[in-house]
Amino acid sequence: MTAPTPSPTLTERLGSLLMAPVHLLMRAIDIPLRAVQKAAGIGGMATVFLAPNMLIFGIFVLLPLVINFVYSMTGGTAFFLTERQFVGADQYARLFQCANYLDPMSCQEDAFWTAVGNTFWFVVLQVSLMILTALITALILNRDLAARSFWRAVFFFPVLLSPVVVGLIWKWILQRQGLLNFGLYQFGVEPYTWLTDRNWTFVATIGVSLWAHMGFYALILLAGLQAIPKDLYEAAEMDGTKPARVFWRITLPLLMPNLLVVVVLALIRAVQIFDEVYVLTGGGPGTSTLYLTQYIYETGFASALRNPGLAAAASILMGLVLVVLTLIQLGIGQRGEKKGKR
Amino acid sequence: MGVASRFILRRRGGKSWHWTDIVTWVWLVGGLIIMFGPAVWLAFSSFKTPAALAEFPPSILPYVTSQATVQGYDKPLQLFDAKMPDGSTKVLAEVRRIGLVAQMVDPKAPGEIVRVNINDRTPVRSVSFATENYTTPFTQFDFLQYLWNSVFVTVTATLITLIVNSMAAFALSKYEFRGRSLAMLVILATLMVPLSVIMVPLYSIISSLGLFNNLWGVILPTVATPTGVFILRQYMLTIPDELIDAARMDKASEWQIYWRIVLPLTAPALAVLAIFSVVWRWNDFLWPLIVLSRRELYTLQVGLSIYSGELNVQWHFILAMTVVTMIPVVLVFIFLQRFITTGIAGTGLK
Amino acid sequence: MGEITLTKIKKSFGAVDVLKDIDLEIKDGEFIVFVGPSGCGKSTLLRTIAGLEKVSSGEIEIDGKRVNEVSAADRGLAMVFQSYALYPHMSVRQNLAFGLENSNMPKTEVAERILEAARMLEIEPYLERRPGQLSGGQRQRVAIGRAIVRRPTAFLLDEPLSNLDAELRVSTRAELAALHGRLGSTMIYVTHDQVEAMTLAHRIVVMRAGKIEQVGTPLDLYNTPANRFVAGFIGAPHMNFLAGEVTELQNGAATLATSGGHRLLVPFSGHSLSVGDKLTIGIRPQHITLANDPGSLKVKVRLVEALGSETVIHADLNGEKLLAVVPGQKLISPGDEAHFSVAGAPLHLFDRNGLRVKGC
Repeated sequence: MTAPTPSPTLTERLGSLLMAPVHLLMRAIDIPLRAVQKAAGIGGMATVFLAPNMLIFGIFVLLPLVINFVYSMTGGTAFFLTERQFVGADQYARLFQCANYLDPMSCQEDAFWTAVGNTFWFVVLQVSLMILTALITALILNRDLAARSFWRAVFFFPVLLSPVVVGLIWKWILQRQGLLNFGLYQFGVEPYTWLTDRNWTFVATIGVSLWAHMGFYALILLAGLQAIPKDLYEAAEMDGTKPARVFWRITLPLLMPNLLVVVVLALIRAVQIFDEVYVLTGGGPGTSTLYLTQYIYETGFASALRNPGLAAAASILMGLVLVVLTLIQLGIGQRGEKKGKR
Repeated sequence: MGVASRFILRRRGGKSWHWTDIVTWVWLVGGLIIMFGPAVWLAFSSFKTPAALAEFPPSILPYVTSQATVQGYDKPLQLFDAKMPDGSTKVLAEVRRIGLVAQMVDPKAPGEIVRVNINDRTPVRSVSFATENYTTPFTQFDFLQYLWNSVFVTVTATLITLIVNSMAAFALSKYEFRGRSLAMLVILATLMVPLSVIMVPLYSIISSLGLFNNLWGVILPTVATPTGVFILRQYMLTIPDELIDAARMDKASEWQIYWRIVLPLTAPALAVLAIFSVVWRWNDFLWPLIVLSRRELYTLQVGLSIYSGELNVQWHFILAMTVVTMIPVVLVFIFLQRFITTGIAGTGLK
Repeated sequence: MGEITLTKIKKSFGAVDVLKDIDLEIKDGEFIVFVGPSGCGKSTLLRTIAGLEKVSSGEIEIDGKRVNEVSAADRGLAMVFQSYALYPHMSVRQNLAFGLENSNMPKTEVAERILEAARMLEIEPYLERRPGQLSGGQRQRVAIGRAIVRRPTAFLLDEPLSNLDAELRVSTRAELAALHGRLGSTMIYVTHDQVEAMTLAHRIVVMRAGKIEQVGTPLDLYNTPANRFVAGFIGAPHMNFLAGEVTELQNGAATLATSGGHRLLVPFSGHSLSVGDKLTIGIRPQHITLANDPGSLKVKVRLVEALGSETVIHADLNGEKLLAVVPGQKLISPGDEAHFSVAGAPLHLFDRNGLRVKGC
């Protein structure tokens, strides 16, 4: 019963030595806060604890959300609100000003509609491929593998890489002297400059974002698969159910909540695609990989004809799409929670 | 090798290979190559000289061709293994090339010029790591400064995030007060407000606060993460309220309860948030790109992207600096992967 | 000193009244137990005394001083929590020291008090361990130790034994009683277990739905329960209840007819009953004997639990359940007919509102 009393190790001593000034600081903070507690009561301290976070949150998240609407109703190139003149819904009208609604090139803001179109096709293709590959990966990782955590790590690895690094890695590989051409060369294909071809850059952005994020979604799906009780599979086996039927009738329905979450998350992320594409193609060649976030960024900050109001209007439109997607996700989450409670 | 052979020979329970075994095998091996391959390729490339980088087909290891100074020639000459007419092979230095014929000399007997068909000679090469790809950007460009900026932003933002988020989570999990559900609702609703939606007004706020071209302008908007508050609150809810009551009976002030009781007990969740925060802040790109326009303020990500976008891209430097940018994240990955994967699986947050 | 006076205590959470007009006087040095089913408000009452909950109205006085506005830390009380609430990241010594350090006590005195409490509770060998490395019983002692070192005016104990296994609970119960004898401080103890209440208390406070049902010594409650609820709650197994009707009143006795037509004679001297009154008759299972005398009840045996020293008989009396605990081992089996005699047994009468009929 008597475990040996642990004596402090060197690291513990070092730790307490390092923590000493922190403890002193905390004691110092305690003195004024005790006075505050006396005055405000225990309940009042909740406000004190909440204040720093909410203050920062209010200034840098909530306030911009509100100001964004003001921005979208004003014109000019100035950034200070007081220097901007009110233009009403002009910015929105400008975004929707088109001669022929089927042809983005006929719109006044053709870049916006090109970005919308590109983003739409990107989202559709990327998300469907993402779900497919993530599901396959999760199913495979859920098998009785040797060294499963190693394989999980393999697919998860790119998730942590910064988008800039991802972009540069692939820019290097898709180079004329890059690894891809080298690989194809072994089969007699001549080297090709992939990143100057409009069609291939679009494919490349999809492939690269798949590479970078697939592991994340596979991980969520894997967690969902592992949460399915083993005895269900054993019961199905006792009934002599065919594996394909087990997949369609047991695995897929029980995975559905996770799958829906993954779909919505992937949609939300795909709509906002920017960083890796910006580094990989810069939106080009031409406007072939110009996506919405880059349009907003360039309209608001980067281009010579910058127009923050127009960028704000476009960002609000994009925000609306995201709000809808988020609401769907919250709805799914709540349904899942209720199910879990039952 | 036990694991490897078990992996190779693993089958779906039965005696024969099922088609799913083959798919699994192909997917895993393919995944290994596709997921790790590019990064490994990049790492190898980062040690190549510009000349080796321009080569096609490229070699995997960084080679440099051997050169020798030959008497009677000003510049060092490149060495080749040349096949002689009698079938033997000899190391010769190339003087010049005319069409398909190379004029070569034997370094030991520089007087006599030998003509060799260029198809009969191969360069003499040795593996050599071009470490100057790493040292030059640090010593001659601003990359040391970028590295420092990135470290500063990452560490500061993570510390502030941990403090303010844990305080807010404490308030939201252990107190009953009016407006608590409103605060929770606001936090939940903005869990998904992306930077891309608010970047224009956020920029104006940052510049009115005088934080444009200031690292604090990069740090402050990121620290009040709803995600962090959410993760920590969920964890703190599992700390029994009786502990807080006991501490109150023990004459602890609320602040003492926070840092002597609640914070130590939240350590696992704080660790997860710290790891996430480090990765997020280290990888941040768009916002620093907007806020920082002076070179000496760039973070690594911004510096890398700007350098790689220049017309005469010096790939050997870019590749090396990409590897440097990757290192912290790879270290996090190697040592803390388990933490992160369980964290993501548990919360669905990235 | 440790006198606690509660006057008209009310507490509501939103629209729910958890405590309704609680009046109670607790004497110095008394061991008082709040007992009742879960949700009766006993824990809330304890927490309002502790200062962890604010009362909605009413007065709390400790040693004659009103403490409604005094914070939990400054009431001079100590609490032992149901889950022990030991700080998991601190050693036992740090756990004991935490409260003392917070009141800026000199280090030597802190060490002295810890040593004294540790000796008293025999936890000295574990002082450097963390709570996670201790057994349930040891943790319990540490929790009590944390209260003792504070030298409080009163101890508040919230179901402190409920997380222990049955055997340990019995021995710890005895130790608690001994500890109270030694310290002599006021102890307020909350439990839902009437056996704990009976064995430990000087006085028991039986609570139900936010109200005090009865206050009294354990034997008071056992012998003269004030109402049907207290009668049913105190004593194990529970008291039997039969429906009955007054058929005759004379010579200091009331004759009652049960639903099956059996007649029971109850000594009665009072005026609160009249012929035709419908009553509930309470009989403790231990007071039933097996005998075929004139007043006995003819029952059908449903289940027999032979415990060796005693036999528990579940029986059926015209559709009403009746339980008897008879000493020794009986040759009786389910399906048999038996005669339950209540001759000479104390019978409890409760009126239509469940209140004890006066004079019986």
